[in-house]
Amino acid sequence: MTEDPNNLSCAAFQARLPELIGSGENIAAHPHLQSCELCRALLADLMTIAEAARQLFPIVEPPDRLWEQIETAIRKEQGGSDQR
Amino acid sequence: MVGNLAEAEDLTQEAFLQLHRRIATFRGDSAFSTWLHRLTINVVLMHLRKKGLAVVSLDEAMEPAPEERAGRSFGAPDLALSGAIDRMALERAIDALPAGYRLVFVLHDIEGYEHNEIASMLDCSVGNSKSQLHKARLKLRDALRIDPRQEARR
Repeated sequence: MTEDPNNLSCAAFQARLPELIGSGENIAAHPHLQSCELCRALLADLMTIAEAARQLFPIVEPPDRLWEQIETAIRKEQGGSDQR
Repeated sequence: MVGNLAEAEDLTQEAFLQLHRRIATFRGDSAFSTWLHRLTINVVLMHLRKKGLAVVSLDEAMEPAPEERAGRSFGAPDLALSGAIDRMALERAIDALPAGYRLVFVLHDIEGYEHNEIASMLDCSVGNSKSQLHKARLKLRDALRIDPRQEARR
């Protein structure tokens, strides 16, 4: 049985939200949201969280000394296994 | 994932050491980047488990969680976020997420990976990735709606 998008309950709409959001379609145009303030608020909150998260952690490049440490650790480990 | 630069550096080193030890086991069944991501995520999960956090294996982390929040998000129109999210509160809320939710949330919303990439990395379905992300955002919403009020009472 196919659900009528014009006549969805909040529960049915929210059950489909992960798929709707993940599809990349323009959910704001979904018929349920035209008439449901509650689900509009929910969606707005989820999008606000996603947007805030994008600005949360700057991409940090590992410092040069870390690569040197890694190289040293690998050499040390290799040296240990060569001696066995 | 660990929210701490020094720990992140230690884990980067551990991931590369693991890579060096296990490179011979890479058979080319998946892209090398996918294999390396998976190895790295396992290193992080092991580390979190050693710290005594409620963490789990990658497979367990990606099992769909019980529908504990089903029906929880509707019926509360007065609790919408105000629009601006406090950065510290959001970081705290992300730290408090269960491992599976946090993994997908960090990979998708913070690092910008697509669901199909996350599904390959975590060896789960695309639907599972979408579902975990949605549940993570719902949990964060719950946490953020409570947090500012508690702060305000102090």
